[in-house]
Amino acid sequence: MSAIANHPETHEDILIREQGFDDHFHDHHHGDKFQSNFITKYIFSQDHKMISKQFLITGMLWAIIGAGMSIIFRLQLGFPEESLLWLKPLLGKWITVNSEGVGKLAPEFYYALVTMHGTIIVFFVLTAGLSGTFSNLLIPLQIGARDMASGFLNMLSYWFFFLSSIVMFYSMFLSTGPFSGGWTAYPPLSALPQASDGSKTGMTLWLVSLTFFVVSVLLGGINYITTVLNLRTKGMTMWRMPLTIWAFFVTAILGLLSFPVLVSGFFLLMFDRGMGTSFYLSEIYVNGKALENVGGSPILYQHLFWFLGHPEVYIIILPAMGLVSEVLSVHTRKPIFGYKAMVFSILAIGFLSFIVWAHHMFMSGVNPFLSNFFVIFTLIIAVPSAVKVFNWIATIYGGNLRLNSPSLFAIGFVSLFISGGLTGIFLGNSAIDIQMHDTYFVVAHFHIVMGVAAFFGMFAGVYHWFPKLYGRFMNDTLGKIHFWGTLIGAYAIFWPMHYIGMAGVPRRYYSYDNFETFNHFAKINQFITIAACVVFLLQILFVVNFFYSIWKGKVVTERNPWESSTLEWTTPIEHIHGNWPGNIPTVHRWPYDYAKDGKDYICQVEPLGVGEEDSGSH
Amino acid sequence: MTTLIVVLCIILAVIVFLQIGKLTELTAKIRGEKNAQYASNRWNSVLGMIFMIVFLLYCIISAYDMKNYMLGFGPHSAASEHGGALDSVFKITLFFTGIVFVITHVLLFWFTYKYHGKEGSKAKFISHDNKLEVIWTAVPAIVMTFLVVGGLNAWNKVMVDVKPDEKVLEVEATAYQFAWTLRYPGADGLLGTKNYKLIGGSNDIGQDWTDSKNYDDFKADKLVLPVGQKVRIRIVARDVLHNFYLPQFRVKMDAVPGMPTYFVFTPVKTTEEYRAELKKYPEYNEPSDPKDPNGKKKWETFEYELACAELCGNGHFSMRREVKIVSQEEYNKWVSEQKSFYLTSIRNTDDDPNKGKKLAIDPVETVKDTTKVNVVEPVKEIK
Ligand code: HEM
Ligand SMILES: [Cu+2]
Ligand SMILES: [Cu+2]
Repeated sequence: MSAIANHPETHEDILIREQGFDDHFHDHHHGDKFQSNFITKYIFSQDHKMISKQFLITGMLWAIIGAGMSIIFRLQLGFPEESLLWLKPLLGKWITVNSEGVGKLAPEFYYALVTMHGTIIVFFVLTAGLSGTFSNLLIPLQIGARDMASGFLNMLSYWFFFLSSIVMFYSMFLSTGPFSGGWTAYPPLSALPQASDGSKTGMTLWLVSLTFFVVSVLLGGINYITTVLNLRTKGMTMWRMPLTIWAFFVTAILGLLSFPVLVSGFFLLMFDRGMGTSFYLSEIYVNGKALENVGGSPILYQHLFWFLGHPEVYIIILPAMGLVSEVLSVHTRKPIFGYKAMVFSILAIGFLSFIVWAHHMFMSGVNPFLSNFFVIFTLIIAVPSAVKVFNWIATIYGGNLRLNSPSLFAIGFVSLFISGGLTGIFLGNSAIDIQMHDTYFVVAHFHIVMGVAAFFGMFAGVYHWFPKLYGRFMNDTLGKIHFWGTLIGAYAIFWPMHYIGMAGVPRRYYSYDNFETFNHFAKINQFITIAACVVFLLQILFVVNFFYSIWKGKVVTERNPWESSTLEWTTPIEHIHGNWPGNIPTVHRWPYDYAKDGKDYICQVEPLGVGEEDSGSH
Repeated sequence: MTTLIVVLCIILAVIVFLQIGKLTELTAKIRGEKNAQYASNRWNSVLGMIFMIVFLLYCIISAYDMKNYMLGFGPHSAASEHGGALDSVFKITLFFTGIVFVITHVLLFWFTYKYHGKEGSKAKFISHDNKLEVIWTAVPAIVMTFLVVGGLNAWNKVMVDVKPDEKVLEVEATAYQFAWTLRYPGADGLLGTKNYKLIGGSNDIGQDWTDSKNYDDFKADKLVLPVGQKVRIRIVARDVLHNFYLPQFRVKMDAVPGMPTYFVFTPVKTTEEYRAELKKYPEYNEPSDPKDPNGKKKWETFEYELACAELCGNGHFSMRREVKIVSQEEYNKWVSEQKSFYLTSIRNTDDDPNKGKKLAIDPVETVKDTTKVNVVEPVKEIK
């Protein structure tokens, strides 16, 4: 470890050497069995930092694919008259050519694209890509652990995700196409191969892929929870954990409790598809034949799905909230406002997210009386959400704000979360949802509050922790262009969708030509499509910046470039197995001692002064 | 060729951007990192203010511009009795959320501007403020309570089913890939029983011809309803999930195979009245067919529409039916022109189980006495 030895010992190093905790960790310099060759170091790695990078890069690949799909179906919606012949080399038979030589996107492919887009972004990018990356990177580093509780399960978690990715990717090349019944996969459409080509092998592979995916989430989740509970270093009480860790911790619990329910729903669906059971099927006549199945209920699936589905949206947004809290605090040079209130609101959101699921089903034919409870709980969830927003804004108040790519994305996140959260209040009120359900208003709501906001949290995280990941900085100017362009562009895409939705236009329509009520918005749809293309190109800029910076970015020379008080910045710039070369740090204070007692920041390893009180203790 | 040019342009743009990025990094080095950061802080906080102002103006102006498409504003106020209640919950929510939206955005970007890092500036150590936190927990909680009470009040009124002794017209909408079958009860006011196993041939919804209630049922290619008459739509799906959606009436309900659902509503504006309303707005005075500038205007060709609002397969976007709301007299006249499906298409064919037999009751071929409002059987019979 000569490279590390070359760095002058920092103040924190001395503290860790003198006061840190000696856990008798032996750093195997050369014969380290975990990283001894290329395969164990880069591919079947059990090191949380490497696994984090694997999740990040796989997630990015999926993000490009998922976003690219949205561009293709937006072309259909924005420019339905335009010939898409030029896409034929890429899409083959999915582009049908009519007698005039005009290439059209086939409806079945439109629906396949929409379905794949949703599945990919929700599960592969914003669940695996986000939690997988940052829980893996930050949990051990910020709580002072050598690695995850089980490096092996952690490795399996990534490889199950990879397997799931492969299966999903393969399903796109089937002759009958991938699944095309929407990311929620409601039966009977998803249960009946006769009802749609996408429900043939495409659906089977979709189920197989997502089952592997759930295995991945569960393996990861068990690990995160165990690590947080058992591997915190000396002095790192729960109330001294950064909000990132709280967020990842609660996220993992949500995942652990809700994903198995989804899988059970999937299994019943598989039985219905392959074994003639009738969990979801009853009195169906399809394709010229009356099926034997009676007594099942498609609504049962919806309950099982949304029992995961709603926690899932918080599984996506909580990590982003954690990252944003941390990034805002560091770059405002101020403690996060109301740390305990933040923790309690994370816990409250986590708990409440389990009892609101049927707000997705107000118009599904469930007993309207039951909806009363779900309306009440749903609107209660808006309260802790509002508290979080106020706390972020109060964090900025009185700060000394360093405006760079990470902090800008964090501020953008707050704006988006406000905009999207407020439209949730419309939808959560079942009376309004009668009109809004399954319209573009819902599309606007969840893309802003979950889609774009979670991406912003992820971007804030990537720009902020890139120095920790790769020992270099990402280019900040490109980051700012990326930020402003994406913020404006994302609002340009999704804001007008509110209006289209209020006018009653349903989502998942391949074409609006058939309806006088819905065909007034050609100009707006064009505008949205153009904005989407611009935003897509800006994301390519991010990807270029990312890979360029891995090899050519400005080199990090100081360990703690953001002058942050959390533990991850006390580790050497070069990644080493076990994170700290000698002792692991002992923690003496909460993670947000910024601007305290005239000091810019105080690292968590700094012992409390005489008579000093830990600021996090009240 | 064009593809190539586009690709080249993108590559070029990327290179340009990378150079800009590198350049600014270099100048930052020359000016000193600290000063470069201060300059960046200033710039971006100003950009934030500009963004905030432009964004809020855009929101307000675009909302004003689109108000004619919003619930309860302009021509699109609800065409059903219950719709107004929903529209007003919408308006109240819009009011409160609008205020919160503006205030939080102003504060967010104003603080970003005011507290951006400057030469010599320092952050304050403020970790929490219990009083403030109690206030901003309580206020949203109170507002939410208010919205919940208003919303649920409306919801529980809208969603009740008909009472057993209530006079109501029951019409059945059966959804299948990718169309609707609309069935009316005929003179007896009762829809005949069905069995999905009987579906086949011309019997597309599986009516049971041994049930005499089916004799006078008729099917229509449009949903025609009398204004002011309470209607109960029995919503049925034959194959997969669909959704019975009448945008102008604020009616939406999933059609579920194996489990009939319903929606009860009363149309209050005839198609003609709705058109007259639309006529007042310039966007409906444009020609309805852009290729024929002198042809009919949009308001003249307007029809209420029934759409599907639950993804049901590749033809989901095409499940349209016209909806006509007419006066009671016109409705009576229309009904009298409709023919019983059984008598015209099934009777004495091979599909008829009563072939050659006398019918149990004497069916009325068409409804003559329409003054007799159709009465529905007690709710327990409603399936
Ligand atoms: C203020 C709190 C929120 C409330 C009251 C709320 C309410 C709702 C309701 C009632 C729906 C169903 C709309 C419909 O289908 O008719 C919905 C849809 C959705 N919400 Fe929210 N929401 C809130 C926040 C969030 C957050 C924070 C996220 C994600 C991070 C989120 C993600 C979604 C998604 C993904 C959907 C649509 C799923 C689909 O149908 O495909 N929501 N929301
Ligand atoms: Cu939800
Ligand atoms: Cu449909």
